Amino acid sequence: MPNREARNAVDLDDLYRDVILDHYRQPRNRGALESASIAAEGFNPSCGDEIQLSILLEDETVSALRFGGSGCSISQSSASMLTEALAGRSLADARELSGHVQDMLTDDGFDLDQVDLGDLEALSGVARFPVRIKCGLLAWKVLDQALARAAGEEPREYDDIPTRITSN
Amino acid sequence: MTTAALDIAAIRADFPILSREVRGRPLVYLDNAATTQKPRQVIEALTHYYSNTNANIHRGLHTLAEEATAAYEATRSKTAEFIGAAHPQEIVFTRNTTESLNLLAYTLGARLRPDDEIILSALEHHSNLVPWQLLAQRSGAKLRFIELTEDGEFDLDQARSLFNPRTRIVSVAHMSNVLGAIAPVADLVEFARAVDATVILDAAQSAPHMPVDVGALGVDFAAFSAHKMLGPTGVGVLWGKRELLADLDPFLGGGEMISVVNREESTWAALPHKFEAGTPNIADVIAFSAALDYLSAVGMQTVRDHDYALTAYAMERLSTIEGMEIYGPPGPERRGAVVAFNYADIHAHDIATILDSGGVAVRAGHHCAQPLMRVLQVPATARASFYLYNRESEIDALVDGLREAGSRFGLSV
Ligand SMILES: Cc1ncc(COP(=O)(O)O)c(C=O)c1O
Repeated sequence: MPNREARNAVDLDDLYRDVILDHYRQPRNRGALESASIAAEGFNPSCGDEIQLSILLEDETVSALRFGGSGCSISQSSASMLTEALAGRSLADARELSGHVQDMLTDDGFDLDQVDLGDLEALSGVARFPVRIKCGLLAWKVLDQALARAAGEEPREYDDIPTRITSN
Repeated sequence: MTTAALDIAAIRADFPILSREVRGRPLVYLDNAATTQKPRQVIEALTHYYSNTNANIHRGLHTLAEEATAAYEATRSKTAEFIGAAHPQEIVFTRNTTESLNLLAYTLGARLRPDDEIILSALEHHSNLVPWQLLAQRSGAKLRFIELTEDGEFDLDQARSLFNPRTRIVSVAHMSNVLGAIAPVADLVEFARAVDATVILDAAQSAPHMPVDVGALGVDFAAFSAHKMLGPTGVGVLWGKRELLADLDPFLGGGEMISVVNREESTWAALPHKFEAGTPNIADVIAFSAALDYLSAVGMQTVRDHDYALTAYAMERLSTIEGMEIYGPPGPERRGAVVAFNYADIHAHDIATILDSGGVAVRAGHHCAQPLMRVLQVPATARASFYLYNRESEIDALVDGLREAGSRFGLSV
């Protein structure tokens, strides 16, 4: 039944894109910044994935990021890609990008052609695996928390993904 | 040990769900420690009840109520027989193992004093841990833990050293839902008797998978869930020695559990009704009867032998994969039909997703045993668990799926 096999293969290929596996095996910016302006962490109680982010902000710009934590390939590669994609962006820009990525993961009507997400587009396949969406979102929820605090706003609480500011 | 005693094809034909496909592949259901599938006999018992008998029990004087009451009580007798209980009155129906254990933590717990001790083990399911933590907070009692050997079995010397005159309760999993390890019940009972402590068995995994005779085991209480042994969800069993149950105060108050109710106080119904407040899960209890019949017809020793053969085969096949770490006792002799593992640096959730794409259902995560994950020093494991309808070819499908995972993650397979 080649058709069936092919369909399965396509599904999994959608989730486990080369970019994702590459970031999982060779994570970028792993660790913590001693000079971080802000640090936040979050975990997914249903599966135990953990992400810590430390961020250096200079002149309203994200100048460096590091991530730590443990978990599945999706949660860890998502964090690794996040650190690459955000370095050098303004705070406002970073928050907008985070919104796009989260929409891509959760919004059926999201149009990939509308915004250029670069490598982050590799995460789009996660949306087709409902139980794994939270894995993909984790790092971005932690980021939201940190950037909201950096912007002087009250960070949002997420019921299902507890996050908290660890230093600022 | 062979599987020849079981006609697997005939058994599989009784489980409608086993003929469905998942993601275009035949379902390979290897998550039986979480819950088992249901034979058509159980499904039919449910619809038969609602179509023919439905009535509240123990209160109506009409024919339907009489029939429903008789069927409900017949399941109680059958359950008693199934586990070798001395009397049907020793069987209390609850919602699940968790509720049975909470019932004990409340009722037995009401008698504890600060500095009394409760012995649990390092491998307990949260169901047999958190109720005791809550009790410890209420009563000031202390929790003590039996540690594990390298093989994931109870360290008997260390266990012995925990027992002392302050020990009031010991409550352990008869069979671990992660490691498969089977507890040394006879030793624990001996240690407990010497200090007059109460022994509770979390039989959630053992009652479905091996002959369990509570009389022969010599324990005081046992808890298990119908849904893990071919029965419906929403039915748990608490077994307790009659004199011990009789001596306990009620857990929940309300209808059914009373004898005479006055404005200020009441007296309690006889066992087991004292512990069954309100309208119980009548339909599911009655359908559980069909599950017990099914297992009895096959024979629990036959189930155990089949589990044994599958576990042996799975461990042998899995251990041929480089980078595979299997947790728990090394051979199938001292373990039940669960095999928890990690494969190189592939996270358990990735394994579960990749297996699912080939129709293979396994569990991945902490298996409601977070403290055990810390002992194993892993965040999670994957777990395959078997039952009487599984066959070797399904373990082959598991192994094929794992090889696929390995090649996706760039391992040499
Ligand atoms: C060893 C053990 N104890 C307790 C439980 C809890 O069972 P339930 O969720 O039916 O209350 C389980 C199953 O999840 C188990 O495997």
